[in-house]
Amino acid sequence: MAKILVFSEKKEMGLLSKGWELSAGGGGGQGVAAVASSAEGMAEYFSYGANPVYQADGDHTAAEETWADLLRGIVERGGFQLVLLTSTKRGKEIAARLAYALGAGCVTDVTSLRWEGERLLADRYTLGGNCVATEEILTPVKVCAVMPYAFPVGQPDPARRGDTVVVTLPGESQKRVIERRAKAHETVRLEEAERIVGVGKGLLHKEDLEMVMELAGVLGAEVGCSKPLALELHWFSEDRIIGLTGSKASPKLYLALGVSGQIQHMVGVGRAKTIVAINKSADAPIFKGSDYGIVGDLYQVVPKLVEELKKA
Amino acid sequence: MNIIVCVKEAVDLEQVRVNESTREPTLEGLPLEIEDLSKNAAEEAVRQKEQHGGTVVALAAGLPTLKKTIREVLAMGVDEARLVLHPSLATTDPPSIARILARAILQTEDYGLVLLGEGSADNFSGLVGPIISETLGLPGVTGVRELKIQNGVARCTRDLEDCYEVVEVLLPAVITVTSEINEPRLPSLTDVLKSSRKPVTELQDLGLKEENRTRRVKNIAPPSSRKGVLFQGEAGEAVKSLLEALRRDGVLT
Repeated sequence: MAKILVFSEKKEMGLLSKGWELSAGGGGGQGVAAVASSAEGMAEYFSYGANPVYQADGDHTAAEETWADLLRGIVERGGFQLVLLTSTKRGKEIAARLAYALGAGCVTDVTSLRWEGERLLADRYTLGGNCVATEEILTPVKVCAVMPYAFPVGQPDPARRGDTVVVTLPGESQKRVIERRAKAHETVRLEEAERIVGVGKGLLHKEDLEMVMELAGVLGAEVGCSKPLALELHWFSEDRIIGLTGSKASPKLYLALGVSGQIQHMVGVGRAKTIVAINKSADAPIFKGSDYGIVGDLYQVVPKLVEELKKA
Repeated sequence: MNIIVCVKEAVDLEQVRVNESTREPTLEGLPLEIEDLSKNAAEEAVRQKEQHGGTVVALAAGLPTLKKTIREVLAMGVDEARLVLHPSLATTDPPSIARILARAILQTEDYGLVLLGEGSADNFSGLVGPIISETLGLPGVTGVRELKIQNGVARCTRDLEDCYEVVEVLLPAVITVTSEINEPRLPSLTDVLKSSRKPVTELQDLGLKEENRTRRVKNIAPPSSRKGVLFQGEAGEAVKSLLEALRRDGVLT
């Protein structure tokens, strides 16, 4: 049985479920331990199989080096062989520092993780999303930072109980936090949406978003966008970006409006069940990555689509 | 104060093609360039120099082709380059590259700041910056989109997923930057010509026998499993055909 420790800054139970699943590798009983950044929600950790739960008395926004230090201590004392973290910016830095301290092999932005016999294999995107590399981690202790929401949440068992171990986050850091300004966001979770309408630069004016919103409303869809619409045009908040540096969604339907289909964007919807694209250029790369496409002016197609959907 | 900028070379990602039978990327013959985030780091180094004085030294560990590509950042205003070159560095994992760069940094005199990208445009592991910081025992700040230096203190605005976090660290420090921190300058022809006279030295004996802790088993483009059905012609008809197909597939009811 592999001894696995999970620290999800986002309290992501899918990561815990994956840890539970991987702990069965190598035979023996299953078991996974978790690190929680607050005393809240312990029962939930236990219900997904975590035991023990190391409860840190600090906050998850404490400096990365202090988290790495805390985790190193837990790993060394507990004899853990694999640490799973969430591959956010913070999570990646903690993973890097922890791996350094443990002399561990480390893979970040992991999208798939599995045992092949005794070997642990991790997939991640390379070459800007053009390819998927499979990395084998060669060291006895391994660290993986996993893309947010990469793994499905397993079946909880509310009857499960476990032990809580209170641990102390070291207070010393070389960084002094002056302030934190929350980003404007709408707490949208594209990762969990069933249907998504995605908007690209084919949409010419901000006012035209009204038409997009109407379509999304009829479909019961969330709205996402390509990177420039949030970062250059500021029509959307950053949490609506779909792609390599944004959300990785797995909706049943992804409908792309005026999205050219750069690989960096398509990586974000690779797990969509059905992809539909509307684009005026028949040569747009998005059509190669789509199940269905309409070659046409979205200003004509979208109103028709709304009209037809309303009829149904 | 001298500023070190660590840069990396990569293929032009727009030009990557996939071999249809093996699904492997075809990289041979593709032009190499200094990748985008390294240019942001170089730009920031040059801007800090313009404000505070000193020199900017570029460090890189990679293939011998760097001797040519490094000219890109020299033309941007970096003063000199020191390179660790070996064909085997193409398959060296990021933490080992970080340790080699850390050793190169230790050989650089009087440095106050180490800048690099928060990841590289091609691989984006994000490991190199934090591991340099750990190896040297220096403060490290990642994902910085605004950097102000005053009285030996770096005030960094970090661009995190949910917030902007402003932190201060004492120099020397290792700081990784995002693509939003600046717009890298396009060097003039004169700058390009001048760059050929700037010193580029090769560093020896930095311990190339780093042991990889991860091994790349394969690297392939996943085949597209999409249907690729196109509806053309009049918008109303195309929409009807699309909705019919989606209902048939059970995507819409």
